[in-house]
Amino acid sequence: MTGEPMITTQDLAKWYGQLRAVDGIDLDVRAGDVYGFLGANGSGKTTTVRMLLGLVLPTSGSVQLLGERMPRAARRVLPRVGALIEGPAHHGHLSGRANLTLLDAAGPGGSRRTRRTRVDTVLEQVGLSGVGRRPVKVYSLGMRQRLGLAGALLRRPELLVLDEPTNGLDPQGIHEIRDLLLELHRGGTTVFLSSHLLAEVEQLCTRVGVLDRGRLVLQDDLATLTAPTGATVVETPDPERVRAVLDGRVVSVDAVRAVVRGDPAEVNAVLVAAGVPVTGLALQRPTLEEVVLAAAGTSADRVDAPGERSRR
Amino acid sequence: MIAVELRKLFRRPRTWVTIALLNALPVLVAVLIALTDLAPRPGEGPAFLSAVLTNGTLYPLAALAIVLPLFLPIAVALIAGDAVAGEAQAGTLRYLLVRPAGRTRLLVAKLVSVFAFVLVTVLVVAGVGYLVGQLLFDVQPLGGTALSGTVLTSRELAGRTVLAIGYVTFSMLGVAAFALFFSTLTDSPLAAMLGALAVLIASSLLFTLDAASAIAPYLPTRYWLAFVDLFRDPVLWRDVVRGLGLQAVYVGVLLAAAWANFATKDITS
Repeated sequence: MTGEPMITTQDLAKWYGQLRAVDGIDLDVRAGDVYGFLGANGSGKTTTVRMLLGLVLPTSGSVQLLGERMPRAARRVLPRVGALIEGPAHHGHLSGRANLTLLDAAGPGGSRRTRRTRVDTVLEQVGLSGVGRRPVKVYSLGMRQRLGLAGALLRRPELLVLDEPTNGLDPQGIHEIRDLLLELHRGGTTVFLSSHLLAEVEQLCTRVGVLDRGRLVLQDDLATLTAPTGATVVETPDPERVRAVLDGRVVSVDAVRAVVRGDPAEVNAVLVAAGVPVTGLALQRPTLEEVVLAAAGTSADRVDAPGERSRR
Repeated sequence: MIAVELRKLFRRPRTWVTIALLNALPVLVAVLIALTDLAPRPGEGPAFLSAVLTNGTLYPLAALAIVLPLFLPIAVALIAGDAVAGEAQAGTLRYLLVRPAGRTRLLVAKLVSVFAFVLVTVLVVAGVGYLVGQLLFDVQPLGGTALSGTVLTSRELAGRTVLAIGYVTFSMLGVAAFALFFSTLTDSPLAAMLGALAVLIASSLLFTLDAASAIAPYLPTRYWLAFVDLFRDPVLWRDVVRGLGLQAVYVGVLLAAAWANFATKDITS
């Protein structure tokens, strides 16, 4: 099943008057991906997610979810998709279990007889099985987030669309949710993870798309993006001598390391022969942060006066 | 889906608190009248109230007439205004729609649950009115007096009371339709409720204005009190029929507008 298109969009755009919230993007998410959808706040992530799920209607362009045209095929497709959009939302006066039961009953798919089992299963999956009859309004933010995730998992979806799923969770909670997502992924679930947290995406995702002011400026496999640059990072107490020995091949130097073009074994041999102390060697890889910053511009929250910043 | 919405509505404490508060005023009025023996004179105060001292079986109608001008519309507008906007404000609307509940189906389910609330509320007011009437006032076993002076048998009276309850329910569907329409326009249930109430207040005000007599027959509140005509002998059907027709037009147009708006709306809540 790997490789089947799960989410594709063609020239998808949403304009609010003159504002181009989403400006012609071509997403390509395939079965088996853990796709990290990165972008600063206000870059159009949430609008895109809402268009994927048929909540917001595109100004132009089209969306296919699991190979079918949205929003026309919503009734067939959405039962196979689980979603967490801009934080969880529940009826505060009802218990978590009652909320999930009502949500389960509100749409197609899944028999009434197995509803209880389904609800119990997802509550256990997200670590809320012992929560009892307490109403949701007394839940902590982390518990609500878990309950929202439980709602997304109710239908055993083939595709999970998650908008900031670890929002409000403590470090242990984030770790648990990450493990849960990886476990679901191993079980064959494709995950589309929208986030502004680079570290989260770097740890989880196999594929990355970067949104900057409504435009998709980057979309590639994480491994390709962070592939070795062909340079070597040499850790040494005396970087200036590295420069002297390997003149012309040194890309940059700071207090404790030098970056040198060439592969580590060869660089090491030359330096050791010249008597330069080497305490560490590594292939240079760009971090995801560097890749994203190179592709995207200033923060989208930043509002400069017209003319100060030309439109990208 | 309809069952889900009904469960949500009637399991919510607020629904029952609203209905209970709605019944407080007619009960209070009944107690005061029973204690003081001072009913309003015929032609004054809410309809039927002048007659309840002599015949308690009329109290369900008096109770409806007491809550009809203000409290009943407020209760209906509160629940109907909350129908879609309340889900939007809580954020649960987006999860219902990606479940997927289907926009049209969700709207129909909301509509049915709001109509169920209207019916239950009117029935409870009439029922509580009946109990209060039986307990606090003299009950004439052989029917009551029609407004025009002739005597109705108790069967006739019961039949006409049922018709009146139906008529009041139908009038309230117009309020519900206004509030539901506004509820699809805004993400604030309060705004939807106040919008519907503003329409009703404007309508009541224009009705009293001679200069507005040309549009008076089309005002949504114009025929609300026409249920009184059901108790004339013979029944004065003219206003009742016109009231039903007018409400049907309002309900039809507003629900169509609500559907057209909701089915194509960007859900950004």
